[in-house]
Amino acid sequence: MATVSVASSVESRPQPSAPLVPKVKASGLSFYYGAFRALKELDLVVHENCVTALIGPSGCGKSTFLRCFNRMHDLYPGNRYEGEIRLYPDDINLLAPGVDPIEVRMRLSMVFQKPNPFPKSIFENVAYGLRVRGERSGRTLEGKVEAALRDAALWSEVKDRLHQLAFNLSGGQQQRLCIARALATDPELMLFDEPTSSLDPIATASIEELIADLKKKVTILIVTHNMQQAARVSDFTAYMYLGQLIEFGRTDELFIKPKNKQTEDYITGRFG
Amino acid sequence: MFTQAQSPRLAQRRARVLKERAIEMVLFLAALVSVFTTVGIVYILVKESVVFFQQVSIVAFLTDTQWTPLFDDQHFGIMVLLSGTLTSSVVALAIAIPLGTIIAIYLSEFAPFKLREIAKPFLELLAGVPTIVYGFFALLFVTPILQWFYPELPGFNLLSAGIVMGVMIIPYVSSISEDAMRAVPMNLREGSYAMGATRFQTAVKVVVPAAFSGIASAYILGISRAVGETMILAVAAGMQPNLTFNPLEPAATITSYIVQVALGDLPHGSIGYQTIFAAGLTLMLFTFACNIAGHVLRKRFRETY
Ligand SMILES: Nc1ncnc2c1ncn2[C@@H]1O[C@H](COP(=O)(O)OP(=O)(O)OP(=O)(O)O)[C@@H](O)[C@H]1O
Ligand SMILES: [Mg+2]
Repeated sequence: MATVSVASSVESRPQPSAPLVPKVKASGLSFYYGAFRALKELDLVVHENCVTALIGPSGCGKSTFLRCFNRMHDLYPGNRYEGEIRLYPDDINLLAPGVDPIEVRMRLSMVFQKPNPFPKSIFENVAYGLRVRGERSGRTLEGKVEAALRDAALWSEVKDRLHQLAFNLSGGQQQRLCIARALATDPELMLFDEPTSSLDPIATASIEELIADLKKKVTILIVTHNMQQAARVSDFTAYMYLGQLIEFGRTDELFIKPKNKQTEDYITGRFG
Repeated sequence: MFTQAQSPRLAQRRARVLKERAIEMVLFLAALVSVFTTVGIVYILVKESVVFFQQVSIVAFLTDTQWTPLFDDQHFGIMVLLSGTLTSSVVALAIAIPLGTIIAIYLSEFAPFKLREIAKPFLELLAGVPTIVYGFFALLFVTPILQWFYPELPGFNLLSAGIVMGVMIIPYVSSISEDAMRAVPMNLREGSYAMGATRFQTAVKVVVPAAFSGIASAYILGISRAVGETMILAVAAGMQPNLTFNPLEPAATITSYIVQVALGDLPHGSIGYQTIFAAGLTLMLFTFACNIAGHVLRKRFRETY
């Protein structure tokens, strides 16, 4: 049953026509929480202006993997990376000891599972990353905040109350606000960790639409629990299991004829 | 048969209900004790103050610039004592609020886990030192040091008492502020770090605003402590009534006046004795106003993360 609906939503979508250019490439990536090895020798290429989905059963390491890209793990003691994640076209290794995690986070941005607006006004939430980068000019801030809110499909709903607290927004609006916040700084790669798992179906649909739209501007890597969602929004899909990358390919191919038996079992719902 | 099987269980339940009732009763009585104490204090203060205000007009009490209840030429200007209270409190808070906040930010956002576990009990120890010890510390240690910089400083002065009082209040401010900041969920911090913010930016721009209502309560508690502090001022600030806002002068405060008179041999019922209650009521109204302000702040800026 599940395969049919997933496959039909995949088939109807046109193929990305532009030639594929790698944006980030993980190779031989292992990650350790203290002594526990949560990721094992992963290899993955994320193509520019494509949406790449990470799927897999709970606990397989999707979030852990995603959080390697913007060095989120550096915030906690005892964590260790092995291998590399190269960012193109600069061809720098984001995990290299000499690379400042703050510099990495200046170029990538992240949207979390639970909307986490700051205790500030809607405007200040979106302006946050710009202010952190030292932007002072009111005119520039206003322009970029408006553009980000428009891109996040939130402008029309909040333009009259930009200076109200962000907490007054609904859950779906808060999540789009977090997307606007992440967009305002013109990131090269956006990381989404189950961005719709705390939202209702309508809010989910609007976020999915947004993600599909955003890939014109930015490369996207998204973790999702929901296979229909992966099928709907992504161009490429990676299936992970127990810290390993089992299969990676074009979303339509992976969902219609997975090469790996484990992947097939997972997407047909026989396991997971 | 049916009733026989059920009855022991029913009896058990009845016993349990009775036990619950008894526990509830004990808890209620305990709560009642504190309510009665508060009511009793207010009752005495108000009753005795009424006697006082039958002899001294409220206008004179609030506007007179002298406080000489023990002299022949009696004046009852509470401003004289209030000025000492306010001046010493401002000095204390000028120390306790910035330092307490900085310590809280450091412990909550920067300090390694081990250091925090060591530093916190030490800070709380600071709050456990008897205030009389602080008083002598101010008089015999801090004042001489201040005199070294400013030789004209009198032996009793509000500055030295205020500084030491500030040190005493630091742990109240830092401990409660830190708890409030630690309670800010990690995903809010991660949101800030993910935007490329530094630790400092995250602490100041996200964590402090998110913990604002808790931090405000810490400040309010600090203010109440400063206004109500007695021994340090009685020992180190001199006890002469002095209408001044200059911390370099000696002055009595409401609290130090109350100890002075309460320990003296004034006959009960005399107007001099009655002043204690009027001064005490003033102090209580002041702290009460602080608490109300704190309550309003907490309501307005309730954590919404
Ligand atoms: N801070 C941590 N310390 C130690 N182990 C951790 C930590 N965080 C996650 N893990 C472990 O790492 C593995 C991968 O966790 P991760 O959160 O990446 O899974 P996930 O695929 O995102 O799961 P879910 O779909 O439930 O979010 C799990 O076995 C988890 O228990
Ligand atoms: Mg996860």
